[in-house]
Amino acid sequence: MNVFILMLPGIAGLALAGLAALHWALKSGQFEDPKGAAARILDENDGPG
Amino acid sequence: MTTVVSACPSGLSPPGAPAAAQDPSAFVVQKDGVKSLDLIVKGASCGGCMSKIENNVARLQGIRIARLNLSTGRLRVEWTGQLKPRTIVEAVAALGYGVTAFDPGKADSEGARTERRLMTALTIASVGTAAVMFMSEPLWFGSDLPPDIRNVLRWLSAVVALPVAIISGRPFFSSALASIRARRLNMDVPVSLAVILALALSLYETIVGGQHAFFDASVMLLFFLLIGRVLDARLRRRAYDAANELTALQTTSATRISRQGKAEAVRAADIRPGDILLVAAGEKLVVDVEIVSGESEADLRLVTGEVEPVAMFVGQTLHAGAVNLSAPIQARALAAAKDSLMADIARLLEAGEQKKSTYRRLADKAAELYVPQVHATAAFGFVAWLAFGATAAQAAYIAVTVLIITCPCALALAAPLVQVVAAGRLFREGVYLSSGDALERLAAVDHIVFDKTGTLTLGDPVLVDPLGVDRNVLEYAAMLARASHHPFSRALVKAVGAGPVAEGVREIPGRGVTGIIDGRRASLGSASFLGAIAGGGSELWFAFDGEIPAVLHFDDVVRPDSADTVALLKAMGLEVELVSGDGAERVRRAAEAAGIQQWKAGATPQSKATHVKALEASGQKVLMIGDGLNDAGALAGAHASIAPGGAVDVSRLASDCVFSGDSLSAIARIVATARTARSRMRENFALAALYNAIVIPIALAGWVTPLVAAIAMSASSAVVTLNALRMARPAHSGKAGLR
Repeated sequence: MNVFILMLPGIAGLALAGLAALHWALKSGQFEDPKGAAARILDENDGPG
Repeated sequence: MTTVVSACPSGLSPPGAPAAAQDPSAFVVQKDGVKSLDLIVKGASCGGCMSKIENNVARLQGIRIARLNLSTGRLRVEWTGQLKPRTIVEAVAALGYGVTAFDPGKADSEGARTERRLMTALTIASVGTAAVMFMSEPLWFGSDLPPDIRNVLRWLSAVVALPVAIISGRPFFSSALASIRARRLNMDVPVSLAVILALALSLYETIVGGQHAFFDASVMLLFFLLIGRVLDARLRRRAYDAANELTALQTTSATRISRQGKAEAVRAADIRPGDILLVAAGEKLVVDVEIVSGESEADLRLVTGEVEPVAMFVGQTLHAGAVNLSAPIQARALAAAKDSLMADIARLLEAGEQKKSTYRRLADKAAELYVPQVHATAAFGFVAWLAFGATAAQAAYIAVTVLIITCPCALALAAPLVQVVAAGRLFREGVYLSSGDALERLAAVDHIVFDKTGTLTLGDPVLVDPLGVDRNVLEYAAMLARASHHPFSRALVKAVGAGPVAEGVREIPGRGVTGIIDGRRASLGSASFLGAIAGGGSELWFAFDGEIPAVLHFDDVVRPDSADTVALLKAMGLEVELVSGDGAERVRRAAEAAGIQQWKAGATPQSKATHVKALEASGQKVLMIGDGLNDAGALAGAHASIAPGGAVDVSRLASDCVFSGDSLSAIARIVATARTARSRMRENFALAALYNAIVIPIALAGWVTPLVAAIAMSASSAVVTLNALRMARPAHSGKAGLR
């Protein structure tokens, strides 16, 4: 039972972190150009940002 | 001799035509010293294209951002300094891609907002479902769990499920409320009811420490349904953007002469009545105008379908869509771009739009059948169990499980999935659908009305029998033709190819072109211009001074696969008819070439629309196919409509579907795909009904546990999805018309 009480906030935290990440991804337009994103990782000149 | 012809590598401009008359500086947006421009790039298909374009543009002076969206073809450029927008456009064009400035203001902001809201709801529902399922797993399988842990897990599920359901369920709740207020029952009413009742029941069970809670089923239901909604929203937005893009590729800017007498580039949307516009030779009118000065010829193919150009004179009014052929003119705008419609056509469009919005989608019809039955069954279960001696809570449990298990997952996903797959398949073939129910209406048609110029035919005249003409005559004539915008000259250049242009070329509007070839004066033009006797057809005469003129014939030729396509359409059970605004002789020839027995010539826009309305009134479902301003009313009034890619904005907006390319077989493919889609949708509804028939007895018997509900929901959604995906690959060519 003790383990449970420790685990559950951890799980909740992870879930919320996941949600926040998805929210950021949506906001910053990560889903706008799937084809371009796939191609960009192979581009040698592409830097961060 | 100077070589003027440049073969446009992207194929956007016909050979020999002047570079796009668009001046991109009209589309530059300036903010805080930073200028930005959105361009549409055609022909960029891979990562290599993307880096090539971005690197080449980034090399220009002052560029801060050059980013190409490979999925939509939009290039966003931001820069500071004196860089001319034209340089950017030329940098991309020099690489061999088609590029046009684009007005992002027309983007579907409301559609994008809806899609974003649905995506947010979907991500929240997905995380919520994962979390709740994670906590439900021990509840399903842990038969030896101590009761206090069971309780903790259930309360935690409640804590997660309730906010998730409230946030992610909003699209459904608001739609259900709106539907109830309109005294209609759409699919969202049972969904909302199921979710709310399931949550209420589960909360009750959790509070009293009962057997089962359905938190996982509730959020899972929302999750699956949101997938369907997101797909639907994406489809709409993609269709809107694609249609917008086609609009952007046509002239959306013009040259205005300011009060100080300077020529400035303006967006079509910014033109006001009374503005004086300078229309160059080869430029298309973007608004209705009255000619103020200059003499030229106008090509009215997009406005009336007439292939022969008409003379322009001072005081004459011309509609948007007409192309100025011979000489620059000045004209006063009579209306803003969006008002440049004949008043009659505007009224016809409105009437057509009203009719479209009342069309009941297949899914809504299914909902109307489904909803009362399911609710009645649930109520029946409630009453029956009460009668058998169960407590109110137990009877309510049964009723709610009936509602949950008959969840319209399959039903709600059935239509959008098929539509998305069908639309995707058509998209890859160059066809853009404007709405989801376009497919249903396209599948129901039984009578096709074709327009001629630009629809059945390619719209551009073609040189007839080039091998029967002396090669030298063709070459010399082409040297004069390359300097003219007259449709027949363009056709001649297309037949002969790239090459030199004569010197000292002068174009006399309405008569012809003269120039010096090899030191001798030559003329190309109408029969009267060269002193020959007119043959009565579409012809150009050519001669050196003092020699006997030779004749070149032109015709508005039907698309190469017209006869085959018409035969195929007839084999599919459709009646085919040709209605055109052009002269009788040309229409008769076109009908004969395509194998169409019924035809009408000299039709006005009103008579086209009336004809379609009469057919519809007599019970036929008409598919109207047309491209010109004169087809817009008919397009809006038909049961379904298709426009070729070269159509005027109005016709594209009024039609359900736009196809690109020169091949008419797209029409047969569209109807075949629509029919297949309709069968798939019906199959999906049948599968959903079958599923209900199986699970309702199980629910009424009280055997539904949360695990059973979860499995049933996933299974039914999976089956419906797989069935829809059967459409993903194109049908074999032999069977295409007959499925």
